[in-house]
Amino acid sequence: MFRPYQPKDNVQKKAYYTDRFLVVPEVPKLPVEDSVSAKHISAVAGKFEVLESYMQRDNVVMIVNAKEVKSVLTVLKEEGYTVLSEMSAVDFIAQKGGYEVFYQLLNMSVAKRIRVKCFIKEGEAVESVQSVFRAADWSEREMYDMFGIHVVNHPCLKRILLPEDWHGYPLNKTYPLQGDETAQWYEIDMIYGKEYRDIIGPEQRDAAYVNEEDTRNFSRLGHEVAFGEEASQEITPIRYQEDDKPLFVKRMRPEETKERNDKSWHTKEGVK
Amino acid sequence: MAQHEVNYLQQGGLPIMLTTVDKLVNWGRSNSLWFFTFGLACCAIEMMASGAGRFDFDRYGIIFRASPRQSEVIVISGTVTKKYAPFIRRLYDQMAEPKWVISMGSCSNTGGMFNTYSTVQGVDRIIPVDIYLPGCAPRPETLQYAALMLQQKIRRESMNRKISSKRFV
Repeated sequence: MFRPYQPKDNVQKKAYYTDRFLVVPEVPKLPVEDSVSAKHISAVAGKFEVLESYMQRDNVVMIVNAKEVKSVLTVLKEEGYTVLSEMSAVDFIAQKGGYEVFYQLLNMSVAKRIRVKCFIKEGEAVESVQSVFRAADWSEREMYDMFGIHVVNHPCLKRILLPEDWHGYPLNKTYPLQGDETAQWYEIDMIYGKEYRDIIGPEQRDAAYVNEEDTRNFSRLGHEVAFGEEASQEITPIRYQEDDKPLFVKRMRPEETKERNDKSWHTKEGVK
Repeated sequence: MAQHEVNYLQQGGLPIMLTTVDKLVNWGRSNSLWFFTFGLACCAIEMMASGAGRFDFDRYGIIFRASPRQSEVIVISGTVTKKYAPFIRRLYDQMAEPKWVISMGSCSNTGGMFNTYSTVQGVDRIIPVDIYLPGCAPRPETLQYAALMLQQKIRRESMNRKISSKRFV
């Protein structure tokens, strides 16, 4: 059974469980000692402001200003980071009031990865890097689809996964897992119209729900009745295929069958 | 005048068989169920296996047809997303009467493990379902059993049964 849904408007601010001795593990931020990566960082730092740079799990992380991201990625591409393997955003609205947008780059000539991060406030837009990396085209659309972050100068900024008339941005932490009202009634509203909501009813989200009296949705094994009729305690026999036999099918009765006992046809020497 | 007495009702008398129209029609319908070639997710792999040589749906008269206009049974084989729901309804509306629906697997029965915003919680919210198949994913034997149960259901139906009116998208 699933936990009942609770509104998640301030779930990040309000801890539902506190351990007195809990130390939240944090991935250590190490200085960049690798000379190749340090050269690449200094190539960026010479032209643009690098707020922070460190190593995390053998990956170089570089935090830059959101307005300079496109120029930074252009410089890094010239340094050999030709693959944008992933980009998206992380919702930090409760902690910092905005999103962290990250771009994961790969340099195949020196086998290095670098992660460029920037922070944008809620409601701010980010510049499209689609002209630098073609891979960013759909990733930015997905970021817009899931977080509602607008991307400036994107050639076709529309939803990529969800339908275009969808309401809300589901990867935001405030979005309920089971959907807001428009999401819960989406297929009913689309197919039948809103007046059908009463007829079809709300979604049944409880996986353990069983109602023996409800013969429209449940069929009690051994006590089956016709669809929608009143439930009964009478035992219904198991039906076999031959009971409703088509015209030319003969019913097989177990008492009329014969067991073949002559083993002679199958011996060690082979089939006679 | 016939020279010989013919006992019409006795077997071997004449090649005559007495039956009802219902039974004859249902015999035809139940033994030529044409499934719609329509797969949604991993259950569709099992459905394809059921149609292929090892499990061989053809021997029940079940042939997969590539058009909803030619098919009688639609197997909802997999997760129904909310984005896809209107298309399923449209395909169902395009099928000619009489038509039947098999909901295959947990996802299309109840939404299954996808207790999320984007999944339809049971395909019966969109189209009427005749047979629900449990399993994740059901084995081809289960789908075969469902086909046999559906045949039984059809044989019990009256030819003049009330057909619910279509609702267009």
